[in-house]
Amino acid sequence: MTRPSGKAAGAGVGLKARHVPEILAGGPAVGWFEVHAENFMGAGGAPHAFLERIRARFPLSVHGVGLSIGAAGGIDRVHLARLNQVVDRYQPDLVSEHLAWSTHLGRYYNDLLALPYTSATLRLVCDHVDQVQQTLGRPILLENPATYVTFAESTIDEPDFISHVTDRTGCGLLLDVNNIYVSCINQGRDTRIYLRRFPLDRVREIHLAGHAADRDEAGRPLLIDAHDRPVAAPVWHLYACVLEKTGPLPTLIEWDNDVPDWPVLAAEAARAQAVMDLHRGTGEVRHVA
Amino acid sequence: MWPETQSDFAAALLDPALPAPAGLAERRFAVYRNNVTVGLCDALAASFPTVAALVGEDFFYALARDFIRQSPPAGPVLHEYGEGFPAFIAGHAAAGDLPYLPDVARLDWVCLRAYHAADAAPVGIDALAAVPAAALDGLRLSLHPSLALVASDWPVAAIWQAHRTNDPAAALANLPAGGEVALVLRPHLDVIVRAVAGAAGELIAAVAAGQTLGGALAALADAGEAEASRGLAALFDMGAVVAVTNVSKQGEIGDDSNT
Repeated sequence: MTRPSGKAAGAGVGLKARHVPEILAGGPAVGWFEVHAENFMGAGGAPHAFLERIRARFPLSVHGVGLSIGAAGGIDRVHLARLNQVVDRYQPDLVSEHLAWSTHLGRYYNDLLALPYTSATLRLVCDHVDQVQQTLGRPILLENPATYVTFAESTIDEPDFISHVTDRTGCGLLLDVNNIYVSCINQGRDTRIYLRRFPLDRVREIHLAGHAADRDEAGRPLLIDAHDRPVAAPVWHLYACVLEKTGPLPTLIEWDNDVPDWPVLAAEAARAQAVMDLHRGTGEVRHVA
Repeated sequence: MWPETQSDFAAALLDPALPAPAGLAERRFAVYRNNVTVGLCDALAASFPTVAALVGEDFFYALARDFIRQSPPAGPVLHEYGEGFPAFIAGHAAAGDLPYLPDVARLDWVCLRAYHAADAAPVGIDALAAVPAAALDGLRLSLHPSLALVASDWPVAAIWQAHRTNDPAAALANLPAGGEVALVLRPHLDVIVRAVAGAAGELIAAVAAGQTLGGALAALADAGEAEASRGLAALFDMGAVVAVTNVSKQGEIGDDSNT
């Protein structure tokens, strides 16, 4: 089948099955779509039928949520082989995973769980990223997590840890701006200072999402990366700060729970596109190839 | 060290009796506990929609929470999680006065498997027209990879269909008496569920067991020839047959309608 070979550029959204008829009927357009790899690991049926039709018209990003790159027990080779099949079949422009873990001793915990940042976990994560990139035969992007806890055993902070991983493995960074905001508020850090310490020359994709606000037992703010509402005002602001440094980058709106009607989601993507348009020609960071 | 910390972290995720690991703040660790539990409950609710509709959200999530703690998923593909849920429901005290619920759960599970089953293009009954009469008995019908039967002492197909109407309560008030054999099939993209009775059901069971057409029809001898023919036609009509093979010649027939 013929497919656009084009790059994911401008604003995209996470693809939801219920939006597909409207997208294919030519509703408000976005530049590209991202799918969770695990939803397309079945043998056949409707998921593949609609993704084939989307892929025939749009660039695609495959975003894994289950490789568990931070797990002490290693990467599940069977799952990695299944990811490789999805990537082979759909030839996405971008492939990404998370700096997190979700499996332990043959059990899957269905969340992107935090790990301590130490020289030992840095080696572990780099080995796993190498293994994934060798299997897929291409570089991946690694996403910074939203964190709710910090470990006493951590000896490296997150921006340094991620810089080391990108340097040693050659992987790119999927910069989740909402996750930076959530993690900073949860840890009492200044978002703009923290942001500048990430390897922005390695960013190939940006995620934006909505978060929920709670408080911990001490009454301190506790933000939760909920993906269930519009992107918050301070996250839009932080996004503009990123683009001032990087110039426009493929930017995805993630809205996975309480999913709105297509025009609402498309409007959120249009807003990201408008911010990108304002930053065309900006960007002081020279991108590493 | 991370392997030990990770073990404690993983154990505490699904066991609220355990403290937060590695000195982490309880309320903050609780975000992960909640994400895992709610996420897996949501996945089960999506995979067992008829069960969820029958018992309501609160009851379903109580069942699902207990199941998750006992049998967390083995891998990250959540549409493959929940095979043990019907048996778990059957053994759960709270579901004791809903004796049909495990079979409805089995039907939901089979529908989910059918939804993700391999694709195959059905062939029409005209595939048989090319076969000499003498060779008909030696044919083997290949059934669609999504096809499965769920036999129950309860009218499970009618219960499933009731929840896909605009007024499930009215449909549930008019259920047929007695049990049903539900046929699940996804000939194209949509999963269909229908009760099969008599010749059609026996024919499908015989064909699925690998019998030749002659053997399968002979098993229906009591039903009479006309009834057996109707059963065979119904099988093709619903899109259940994807290939017709002449066992003696090992050749596929009906390729024209397969393309």
